[in-house]
Amino acid sequence: MAARDHTRKLDFRHGRVEMNHGSGGKAMAQLIEELFLPAFDNPWLRPLEDQARFEVAGGRMVMACDSHVVSPLFFPGGDIGSLSVHGTINDVAMSGARPLYLAAGFILEEGFPLADLRRIVESMARAAHDVGVAVVTGDTKVVEAGKGDGVFITTTGVGVIPEGVHVGGALHPGDKVLVSGPLGDHGVAILSLREGLSFDTTIESDSAPLHELVAAMVAAVPAIRCLHDPTRGGIAATLNEVTRRHGIGIRLDEAAIPIREPVRAACEFLGLDPLYSANEGKLVAICEPASAGRLLAAMREHPLGREAAMVGEVVADDHGFVEMRTVFGGSRVVDWLSGEQLPRIC
Amino acid sequence: MKYIDEFRDGRLAREIGAAIHREVAPGRQYNLMEFCGGHTHAISRYGIEDLLPAPVRMIHGPGCPVCVLPIGRLQMAIDLAVERNVILCSYGDMLRVPAWQGDSLLKARSRGADVRMIYSVNDALALARRHPDRQVVFFAIGFETTTPPTAVAILQAAREGLRNFSVFCNHVLTPAAMRAILESAELQSGVVRLDGFVGPAHVSTVIGSRPYEFVASDYHRPVVIAGFEPLDVMQSILMLIRQVNAGRCEVENEFIRAVNREGNLKAQRLTNEVLELRDRFEWRGLGPVPDSALKIRERFADLDAERRFELQERIIPDHKACECADILRGVKHPRDCKVFGSACTPDSPLGSCMVSSEGACAAHYLYGRFREVRRETEGAA
Repeated sequence: MAARDHTRKLDFRHGRVEMNHGSGGKAMAQLIEELFLPAFDNPWLRPLEDQARFEVAGGRMVMACDSHVVSPLFFPGGDIGSLSVHGTINDVAMSGARPLYLAAGFILEEGFPLADLRRIVESMARAAHDVGVAVVTGDTKVVEAGKGDGVFITTTGVGVIPEGVHVGGALHPGDKVLVSGPLGDHGVAILSLREGLSFDTTIESDSAPLHELVAAMVAAVPAIRCLHDPTRGGIAATLNEVTRRHGIGIRLDEAAIPIREPVRAACEFLGLDPLYSANEGKLVAICEPASAGRLLAAMREHPLGREAAMVGEVVADDHGFVEMRTVFGGSRVVDWLSGEQLPRIC
Repeated sequence: MKYIDEFRDGRLAREIGAAIHREVAPGRQYNLMEFCGGHTHAISRYGIEDLLPAPVRMIHGPGCPVCVLPIGRLQMAIDLAVERNVILCSYGDMLRVPAWQGDSLLKARSRGADVRMIYSVNDALALARRHPDRQVVFFAIGFETTTPPTAVAILQAAREGLRNFSVFCNHVLTPAAMRAILESAELQSGVVRLDGFVGPAHVSTVIGSRPYEFVASDYHRPVVIAGFEPLDVMQSILMLIRQVNAGRCEVENEFIRAVNREGNLKAQRLTNEVLELRDRFEWRGLGPVPDSALKIRERFADLDAERRFELQERIIPDHKACECADILRGVKHPRDCKVFGSACTPDSPLGSCMVSSEGACAAHYLYGRFREVRRETEGAA
């Protein structure tokens, strides 16, 4: 590493992001050396080249990219830093792959407190460390005050699919639909902090990396037909994407869908539907009926799948409806969400 | 969830469903209108139609405040936001309703108008306090349920001397709308049959059950006031069928846990202190209805956006292909509308009934439309 030539260290107590932190000059080098490098430290990042160079084993590689613009930046159960790691790790993991490396792009708003930035970067580093992946390259830009919302983070992840694992394939009537746990936590946790809507709740975001759960699942059932993380738009959006892509229908059993009591209560109060509420640490799996019991058992053995449940099955349906048998005994469509989920007014 | 799950019990629903099947007289039709969008929503969301015998037909009523507001009034609000540079505060459902030439509050916002989605009129008051240099207008819509909070906000603003706050009042009255339906040409001529009403839930907590008594005495139709939970709806349908079978026309109350005959007297007093009857008000679907809406009393004229900004009444016809008007009068079911699900969907609505989650078309599109598709598919096979 080059010798430090900054006269004064960054002030992480009172300092703020300035335009020159993204200008490519000394200030940017200082930000990298005093914040990003110590936080993410690893042999690939350390040379501070324009790119990271790494060896890869043979096999199929996976790459996924996810941008994070969450507001507020800090929320119960996480922050934009940990979320930006989990989000991309999960996108990689849904292929059955083992995640290896991450790249991170930061867009910072002029005036953003350096203390908050450090908190975010350290949370991100902790999350990456816990997952066992290295943030090997990155980029920082600064936009003028008022042109951003504090911090936006884009992460790109690379992973490798283990030999013998094949997630994907055609869906057939009778295939079972499983979820890894209670739905809707993240969306409600974020909503509880939004301006004009603040309410006291004990709900925390479920933000979590799912790659180990997926590893346990593909070890039990290597040919899972479909794996998705139901983030924006919740399980409703995810299942509608699946039915549209595969030209089949899905029938859900409302009574079997796990939803935490406080999430149900908050949604009830606000006139929202938890099936449309975002998740950041849950997955939906579809597999052939013969393997479903084995897959469910494998999920329940993992801490992140302890409350996994079988919630429905694939049916033949050219129209691609996601239909649900309600707790009440009738049937209804679970449609795409149109617009934002807005509360009822009376 | 305590006090909620009890009213969504599938086993009890099947028992009431079985009782309804037993009570339905052979050869007899039961055409029942659920007045409120909240009931329409519950019927669709819980698949209640699946539990009812074929002779029981639910007709969706006009009790969706977003749906019945005519385009002209909405356009007045949009113009206010765009041309007068005010902060316009609106409940969420209203933002996407299409107005003149497909414009909407949401589109106005994307062009730079300051339109805020709020959850309570208190949010509008807070905005006015925070922005003393801006005019803040609350776009007040809704039936008797949302009226008392508007009245309280006006009183509060008057007390505080909040000079930059005003209300664009569009509050409407349920009993007047029921009378308009009962007086409608289609009902009078027998084109539409109506054997009873599932009466409003939340509205009745405010006004009580007394204001519906004319429906039974003057128009000889039974009313059963019902809560918005699916078991409430099932039970009220059973009670209506029993009244019809016995030839009774009474106002009965299924929602006794929240509604009495007199209603919430304090809320009524506050409303009456601030608001008074309009001679007439234009409704989407029902047209101009006498004594069917409220306006701000002279005493609070300086908090009335219509007076402060000298708003001119606008009358704008619905989109030519839109059949919301017939749907709101119960003359047509959403599935009878030619543009339902094709030119008009929740993502690109032509009419208001497709926007609000309480609108009959949106409820049917979101929850129930697979029934027609199944029927067609089975018919073709």
